[in-house]
This record gives sequence, C-alpha cells and structure tokens, in this order.
Amino acid sequence: MTLTLDRLSRRFTNFAALDDVSLEMAPGEFLALLGPSGSGKTTLLRILAGLDYPDRGSVTQAGRDFLAASARERNVGLVFQHYALFRHLTVRENVAFGLRVRPRRRRPARAQIREQVERLLKRVQLEELGDRYPSQLSGGQRQRVALARALAVEPELLLLDEPFGALDAQVRVTLRRWLRELHEELQLTTVFVTHDQEEALELADRIAVMNRGRIEQVGTPQAIYQDPATPFVCEFIGRTNRIPLTRHAQAWRAGAWSLTEDPWNGRHREAVAYVRPEHLALSVPDGEPAWEARVRHVYLAGSVAHLDLYVAGIDLALEADVASEDLGRLGLHAGAALRAAPARLVAFPCDDGDGSRPVIDERCSWASPIRR
Amino acid sequence: MRRRVLPGFGISLGYTLAYLGLIVLLPLVALAWKATGIGFHGLLQLLASPRTLAALRLSFGGALLAALLNVFLGLLVAWTLVRYRFPGRRLFDALIDLPFALPTAVAGIALTAIYAPNGWLGRWLVPMGIQVAYAPPGVLLAMVFVGFPFVVRTLQPVLQSLARDVEEAAESLGATRAQTFFRVILPVLVPTLLTGFALALARAVGEYGSVIFIAGNIPMRSEIAPLLIVQKLEEFDYAGAAALGVVMLAFSFVLLVLIALLQHWSGRWAERGA
Repeated sequence: MTLTLDRLSRRFTNFAALDDVSLEMAPGEFLALLGPSGSGKTTLLRILAGLDYPDRGSVTQAGRDFLAASARERNVGLVFQHYALFRHLTVRENVAFGLRVRPRRRRPARAQIREQVERLLKRVQLEELGDRYPSQLSGGQRQRVALARALAVEPELLLLDEPFGALDAQVRVTLRRWLRELHEELQLTTVFVTHDQEEALELADRIAVMNRGRIEQVGTPQAIYQDPATPFVCEFIGRTNRIPLTRHAQAWRAGAWSLTEDPWNGRHREAVAYVRPEHLALSVPDGEPAWEARVRHVYLAGSVAHLDLYVAGIDLALEADVASEDLGRLGLHAGAALRAAPARLVAFPCDDGDGSRPVIDERCSWASPIRR
Repeated sequence: MRRRVLPGFGISLGYTLAYLGLIVLLPLVALAWKATGIGFHGLLQLLASPRTLAALRLSFGGALLAALLNVFLGLLVAWTLVRYRFPGRRLFDALIDLPFALPTAVAGIALTAIYAPNGWLGRWLVPMGIQVAYAPPGVLLAMVFVGFPFVVRTLQPVLQSLARDVEEAAESLGATRAQTFFRVILPVLVPTLLTGFALALARAVGEYGSVIFIAGNIPMRSEIAPLLIVQKLEEFDYAGAAALGVVMLAFSFVLLVLIALLQHWSGRWAERGA
C-alpha cells in the first residue's frame, strides 16, 4: 500500500523527536529508517503502528487518513527488538493470538487457524517447536516467532523495530538474509528501524537516514553510500575522511593538493570535503597535485587492507582502503612514503557566520579525471 | 558434586533444617502430641459438636472469602499504584503497610467503633438492616483488613516488571483492552495472585486479635475457631484446645498445598531449573 507521510512533528517535553518529516512509501517496498539513537526513527515507527501520535502532520494511505484508525484497526504487523512474546503461551498459541482475538464473525474456524499457524511455523522454520514456551527458545528463534505472530494477521504493512538488535552477530547476519528472502517472497510493504548501517545497506530497497528528528536523505543504499547529501550522512554512513578546504583565488586548497575549479564562483572562502577511504588515490604521479603522506599502520582485514596515513603538510590523519593483494604491488607497509589525492569527493561550502556551518544546499560532488 | 561460585551448601542446609525443626516442626509435634490426650473418640466428639463446626466454617469460609476479596482489591490498588502517577501516591503507598504495623486489637477496636450500631457508619447501616459489627460481616471485614497488604506487596514488583511492549504487541494484533487484560496480563499475574491469596488466607485463618473485638463472638453465629481454642484453654481443657488446633492446622495445610499445586500449574510457562 502507498503511504504518504506529510510534515509529521512530534515533541516530547524537551526535545523534538520528529521535526517536519515527510516521506512516501511505495507498495511492496522495503524501507529502512536508519539513524543514531534519539534520531526519531522509533517514534516514526510507533506513529505508523498507532502507538504514538504526531502533534502535527498527516499520514494518508491512498487518500485515506491513516492516523484515524487505532492501533488495533490498522492491520499492521509489529515486531519489537525484545520480541514481546506472550511468555505464558506456547509458540503455536503466540502465533494464533491475532486470529483468536478477532470478533466472532471475522474469526476463522478452529481448524483453519490451526492450519494457518502450521503454515506460518513452517515458513519461519519452527514447525518442530510449536509446543515450546518462549523461555525455551533462543533469541533468533524468539524473533522468528514474533515475526510469524505478526504475519498471522495478514498485515498490509510490516513494522520492525531494531529486529536484530538483541541477537549475536552471526545469528543476525543469517536472519537478515532470511528476512530479505521472505520479503521477496511476500512483497509486503516493510519498514524497519535500525542503527546498524550495514544492516540497512544490505536489506533495504530504500533508506531514510534520520538525525535529530529530521530526515537527512532518502535514497537507495547505492545513492546513500556513493552520493551522500549532507555532512551527517557522509559521516554516519561508512567511514570517511573530513578535509577542510580554503579558497586561494580560483583554487580550493588543502595543503599541497588543490582543486582548480571553483563550483561556488567565489561565493565562499571555506569548505569541507568528505573522501571515502576507498576514494583516495595512493600513487599519484609527480606532476599532479597530491599530499606527501606516510603510512602509519596497515590493518589487514581479509580481502581489504585499511591504511592509517599521516599527511604532515595539513597535519591530518587519513584512512585509506586498498585491496589486500595490491599491498605488495604498491609497496605499502608501515613507514612507507606515498603521494595521495582524492579520486572522488563530496564538498560543502561553509557559511561565513561564526559557526561556519556547512551549507547543504550548495553541495558539490567531484570526481578526478585521473583514475586511481 | 559440581563446584559452585558460592560455597556453604552444607552449612546453610544444616541451618535450614535445624531452624525448621526447632522453630516450626517441634512445636507442631508437641501440639499433636498434646492433642492425642483426648483420644480418637474425643476428637470425633469435638468435630461432631455443632458449635465447633460452625466456628470452623466461619473461620475457613470467612478466610477464603476475605482472601478472594483481597485478591480483587489488592490487584486494583497495586495496579493503580504501579501504573499511574498522582499526587499523594507515595503516602498512599506507605499506608498499605499500616495493617502490618498496627496491633490487631487496635484495628479491631477501630473497626468496631465505626461499625457498631452507634458508630460513624453503623449508625446509618444498622437501620438499613445491614449489621456489620457483632455479626459475620464484621469477621470478614477484619480478615480483609489484616490480609490486604500481602496481596498488594506481592503484586507490586511483578506489575512493575511487566513489559509494556507485550501489551502494545497485543493491541497491534487486534486485541481489545479487555482481551489484552484477560489474555495477556492476567495469566502472567496468576501465580503471584495465588501467592498473595495464600498469604492473605493464612493470615485470616490465624487472625485473632482484631476479629474477636468486632465479631461479638455469638456461639453458632459469629464465633471463630481460634476463640474456641482460647475458651478451652480457659477451661483448662488443654487436650481439647490442642486437638482443635491440629484440626485447623490440617485444614490450612491441605489448602496451602492445593494452592501451591495450582500455582505450579499456572506458572508452567516460566523458565525452570538451571
């Protein structure tokens, strides 16, 4: 179902949990709300579930006022971080709960409920454990029961609040692959809240990055990672190097490296550039502008090696990533000297006020014509 | 034996057994021993006496009813204290323990003063045909009064630990408020409610001080079993008093075992062992 969130705001006593949030959701979409704690992502999810209400703004579903329906009328499936299973009921009874509490005329027959529960247990691969109590299950199993219970009411919208937050790293990875497959099978509009960017990048069709009650950027994982729209997204998603730039006549400079074009036509004097570790060229030919850097550490992490560089000219430590197999070819080891320069970057000019805050509207992205 | 983090199993078990033996079992054995003085025939005669039966019926019937009332009232009060914030909540919370601290005779006198035909409430109730003081309802009232804190105090920590997200999950699955309460919240509380019930029941069965003041102690009508025991003692019928004591003890024991079994069954979903 298509959901339109329009200018939602929600204030708690002394802070704005949501501040003018607008968002559109397509049917069958898998949307991640990603942000640090306190960014308002859970508040947004709770509003969609009907457990909280905005002070201003509207949510409409195909022109209908979604907020007018109470939580029990909304027909959403909700999965909590800490499972929220009914501990006095068996797995089977937990899954059947949503069907059993229906008013008599909408309640399926006993046999039908039993059949549906079995089908769902099979789907979440728990058909053997139907008679167990939640306390007898592992975390991953409990979360699958919670999911089956949410799916039993055949929701139009599935909401997951940090669904893997309480699980071990390994279970988490298995479960999210499985969730992705389940989503492809069911094509159910799904919103899930997470603070784990890896999870969001891997699972979602689209990600809404939230910070301090606002949506910073909405886009595909690819767009969010490759083309971050705000300094917050640059710093929150993946790793990045933050490099201050200053304008000298028509060129923007940081130490020995410079950018000869001025995208802002002399309107600003200072800017910040964000460069991903894998977007640093490490063997720039002598004629090109580059920083003289020294390798401080090499951290080998399987297929990728993380390098700690130090550029004395601008007194800045930089992170760079290279394929492990290239280490030898490029002569990279602790203490080695090299010439580094950004191959791609995203830059924001800073306004001339006291705080010199980045001007988001004048964002500029740049890629070097030279391949690394 | 598996090594444990904290040693001292031997000494603590020894202490537990010694304590139970000396403080609990020994007096009970002595009581039973004393009771054998009236012989089997005497016991039958005692139990066959209508006055004894009426007293036992009032003691146990009243205590069961009082414990049941306390479960409802206690749940209501505990819920209000845990779930809502209102001015005076702490004071109210502190007042709950008052029946624990008050000498029960004082409670009995206070209740009598209120419900006696010339008391604050009795003045209005008696003309309407509702007699509380010097009648079985008075016995019940005193029993409710002394048992009340047990239910509230056992429930409070459990209510506090109830996770809100479980209720939200029920609501979003389409449960009405009543369904959420009866299908999600109440079943989890049953073992605790039973604990509170058992404690309130035990207290009410054994209650003496407050009841005798308000009961009027009319034989066959508002006379409780403990009073009968005291009367026998005053008549120097020690064996008879002990025998009645043993009968009460046996009844209480059976009731408490039944409650424990029920509790075990109602809490079968909880994590056990390990």
